[in-house]
Amino acid sequence: MRVLLVDDEEELVSTLAERLDMRGIDATWVTNHHDALAAVEQEDFDLALLDVRLPQMNGLELKRLIAERRPEMKFIFLTGHGSEEDFKACSAESGPEYYLIKPVQIEVLMAKINELTQS
Amino acid sequence: MPVLDRFKPKFLDHHDQSSGMYKSLFNFRLLWKQSIVITLAVVLLPLFTLAFVNYQVSTDAVESELLLRTSRLVSNARRTLTSYLHERIIALNFLILDTSFEQLNSQARLGDLLDHLKSGLGEWHDLGLIDHTGIQVNYAGPDNLRGVDYSQQEWYSKLNYKDQDSYHDTIGMRSDISDVFLGFRKAPHLVISVLHNNPEGQHYILRASLQIAQLSNILSHLEVRGDGDAFLINHKGIIQTPSRYYGEIMTQFPLPVPPASDRTEVFESEDHLGRAIVTGYAYITGTPFILLVIKQKATLMAGWEAARTKLLIFLAGSVLAILAVVFSICTYLVNSIYRADQNRLASLHQVEYANKMASIGRLSAGVAHEINNPLAIINEKAGLIKDLFTFRQEYANDHRLIGLIEAIIAAVDRCATITRQLLNFARNIQVTVQKVDIRQVVADVLAFQNKEADYRNIEIKVAIAEDVPEFFSDRGKLQQIFINLVNNAFAAMKEGGRLEIISRLNDAGSHIVIRVSDTGCGIPPENIKKIFEPFFTTKSGSGGTGLGLSITYGLVKEIGGTIEIESVVDRGTSFTITLPIEYPKQQGEQNARIAG
Repeated sequence: MRVLLVDDEEELVSTLAERLDMRGIDATWVTNHHDALAAVEQEDFDLALLDVRLPQMNGLELKRLIAERRPEMKFIFLTGHGSEEDFKACSAESGPEYYLIKPVQIEVLMAKINELTQS
Repeated sequence: MPVLDRFKPKFLDHHDQSSGMYKSLFNFRLLWKQSIVITLAVVLLPLFTLAFVNYQVSTDAVESELLLRTSRLVSNARRTLTSYLHERIIALNFLILDTSFEQLNSQARLGDLLDHLKSGLGEWHDLGLIDHTGIQVNYAGPDNLRGVDYSQQEWYSKLNYKDQDSYHDTIGMRSDISDVFLGFRKAPHLVISVLHNNPEGQHYILRASLQIAQLSNILSHLEVRGDGDAFLINHKGIIQTPSRYYGEIMTQFPLPVPPASDRTEVFESEDHLGRAIVTGYAYITGTPFILLVIKQKATLMAGWEAARTKLLIFLAGSVLAILAVVFSICTYLVNSIYRADQNRLASLHQVEYANKMASIGRLSAGVAHEINNPLAIINEKAGLIKDLFTFRQEYANDHRLIGLIEAIIAAVDRCATITRQLLNFARNIQVTVQKVDIRQVVADVLAFQNKEADYRNIEIKVAIAEDVPEFFSDRGKLQQIFINLVNNAFAAMKEGGRLEIISRLNDAGSHIVIRVSDTGCGIPPENIKKIFEPFFTTKSGSGGTGLGLSITYGLVKEIGGTIEIESVVDRGTSFTITLPIEYPKQQGEQNARIAG
């Protein structure tokens, strides 16, 4: 399974990628939307984990751009903010159960990834 | 006093301690006083002025009328009296001109003449003839007065004095009218004398005495109103005819003799008994008499006084009515302004409260967001270390290291719980109507109070019946209601208290009943009715604004519920909130946003 991680916190996203690797998931991480779009152009991914608040472009817009290129991809949103507006918008995009507030326990994240990829 | 307190307007006890934009716009007590004083001044001053002027004009008119009538009465009476005396002088004069001295000197003839006088003009007592030496040479009458010498009498000298200014100058006769006196008979009478000169140049006098009964009769038949008195006095002030109030005949008149005047005069004064009187008088020319008409002013004015009393009672009634109306209207208006001002202040506070909560919400969300990212890094780093330990055999058996890492991850999880609560709190401050689970709302609110409860040894019991369903309501408002009630309960309790939140469905299944009770200090019965009023506080000086429960009351109303309070001093307080399961449409539309 191939997962794309997008978050502007490099420390976070790199560590999370390494942890997912340990659990048998091929995780690629980037810290901005340019790299994210470039990555989906070059490689196939089953799922993307997107931070909602990214510099220059928010996670929702990025999701739409990626979905245009890769309609089969699934998405999970990760956020530290959890505002009502974000929650509503992201719930509308991918369902409220795939809107996770940081920090997330790896077990919870793995369960969500498995749910999505097997559905 | 409690009965009076019930009617006492609240603004009278209003003491504005707030400042800035929350300060009252008015000093209500002063405003009330000014309104009453100005309104009363505008209404009562013209009323009193008109009443006073009208009173003065009416009094003057009545008094003028009174003086005029008295003057008219005195003038008429003077004419009557003058005519009466004149007739008798003319009669005597006729006799002295028509009858010779010799005939008059005849006893029989003089007696006949007296009888004729009595039959024609009545009241004649006797008739006498006095010769030029002053000796009464003939006499007809009941007394034996023949030979009496009058030459030394004052009236004789006056009548005999050629250049005197006497009655004869006016009517062409030399005559004299005496004062009333008792004389030999000891009966009041007056004497009329007429002098005649014979061709030989010797004079003789016809002298007749008159009883005063007829004269008195004329005066007593005058229509003198007002306990009036009409009588004659002479120029020395001796009463000449009977008086009702001012002494016996031939006694001294108790008041000063009025000054001489050719005309009828009227003046006001006080009599010897201190009574106000109106005196009319006239000197009767050619006689020693002064006609006096004295009226009691109090009696004359009695009718006017009665009318004046009625007017004064009417005026007093009007003033009382004006006072009552002005007082009521001013009180009502100032009270309305007071209530509007209080509502304004309460609204400002409510808006400020809502803004404060929104600010807290934004702050909470900001803090949570800023903390969540580093927390997530710590979480992932610690998680990676744990993963490394778990996946690599050389560390897998080092339980101490794994324990330390798990402790870090557990601490991160605790922090994450706090930041999620903060986010949850912030999110629910927004005005939204959504499906609400009362259990979750209570749990969210208590999450922030659990630590304080632990510190203060306060036991918290939450019992929500299983059949209480999720329902549509404004979660933010509900949350604020519970925060306020729980904060109040905590403030009322000392260490070791007990807070209970119990919820159940009502019997009809249409409403959720939530009871928040504490074992705090309770509220005295006299304060219970005021507890939901804006600015009512028992925490004076300790920062209480008196708005917490009034805002709570407003919030409960806004979401269609009711709130009731029961309290026993020193035993505790219970608030019972009843909320509809169906969110009221009106409130839902007002709040616009319905959460998905």
